[in-house]
Amino acid sequence: MRTLEQTTQEIIELATEHFRVPRGTLAPGDDFFKKLGIDSLQTLEMLSRLENHFGIELPDYEVQGVSDFKTLAERIQSRL
Amino acid sequence: MKSFTGKTLRWEWREGVIELTLDHEPANEIGTAMLAELEKFVAAFGALVPETAVCIISSARKSVFSAGGDLRELYATAAAVPEKERSAGVRAFLERIHAVLNALDTAPFVTIAAVHGACLGGGLELALACDMIIADKMARFAFPELRLGFIPGFGGIPRLKRDLGNAFIRDLLFTGRTVNAARAHAVGLVAQLAGEGEALRIARSTAAQITKYDALTRASAKKFIKPIPYDELRREIDLFCELFTRPAVMAALKKFVEDSGPMPYLP
Repeated sequence: MRTLEQTTQEIIELATEHFRVPRGTLAPGDDFFKKLGIDSLQTLEMLSRLENHFGIELPDYEVQGVSDFKTLAERIQSRL
Repeated sequence: MKSFTGKTLRWEWREGVIELTLDHEPANEIGTAMLAELEKFVAAFGALVPETAVCIISSARKSVFSAGGDLRELYATAAAVPEKERSAGVRAFLERIHAVLNALDTAPFVTIAAVHGACLGGGLELALACDMIIADKMARFAFPELRLGFIPGFGGIPRLKRDLGNAFIRDLLFTGRTVNAARAHAVGLVAQLAGEGEALRIARSTAAQITKYDALTRASAKKFIKPIPYDELRREIDLFCELFTRPAVMAALKKFVEDSGPMPYLP
C-alpha cells in the first residue's frame, strides 16, 4: 500500500513528464491549474494518465475543486 | 465525390476505404458549419457505396475526438430569438443531425470511429452511430448534458441502450462523469483498445481486414444485427426540445459559455 507521500510524489512525477516541465518545478502544495496553466482537455488527459497509472477510476466530480497535488493524492488514495 | 476538404472536416476515398477527418477548431464542436459538411458527406454515399467497404472517422485535433454539440453557437442562436421560437430552431437542427447520424448508422459499409482524447456529448453520439469504436487508451467518454439541464439530443441514449443496455447509460447520464477507455472497453462501448497515438493505425489495419469480405454478406449482417431505434430517436428529439426551452437551461448554458475554467463541463 502506497503512503500519501508516495502517491503525491508519483502524481508530481506523472505531471512533470506529461506536461514536460523541468524536474523539481512542482511541489505537493502547488495549485497545478495555475502552475501548469492547463485547459479542460489537458485536465482530462491528466485524469486518464492518473487512472491508467494507478489502475483506478476517478470520477470528475470527486476531483472538482481540487487544485493541489496533495489533496489530489488523498482522493486517489481513497480509491486504491 | 471521392475527396473533399471543407472548413470543418475532410474526406478521402482510397482502395475501398473512406477516411473522414474532423478538423474544426478548437475541439471539433458540432454546430451548423460541421453539420452542413456532414450532410454533404452522407449525400456522397450514393456514389461511394458500390466501391466502399469501410469508413473511418477520426480527428485531426490534439487531445480531442469531438467535444460535442457547439454549445456556444446553440446558446447564441437560442438567445437571439424570442423564447417561444427557441424550440422550433432547436428541433430543426436536431432533425438534420439525426438524418445524418441515421444515414451513417445504416450505411451499407462498416463504420469505425477511431477515437483519441475527449469524446463528449454529441461527439460520443457521432461515435455511437458507427459500428465499432477503436479507442486510444487516453480517450475519455461522457454525456455531460444533464449537468446543463437537458439530455443528449443526437440519438445517444437510444443507440447506447441498443448497444449496451441501461445500466451504463444511467451511470453516464446521471453523473455526467467522463470514463476512461479501459472502462469503456470493459463495458463493451469500445471494441478495441489502442496504445497512445495508435487508434487510427489500428482502425486502418482493421479496415484492411474488413475489405476482404463479401460486400452483400457484410451489408446484410450489419442490417440484421443493428436495427435503428427510430421510435426512441423520435421521442428523444421531443424530450430534448421540451427540456431545452426552460429558462434554467438558458441560464446553465450562459454560465457554461462564459466559464473559462479547467472543467467547464462541470457545473
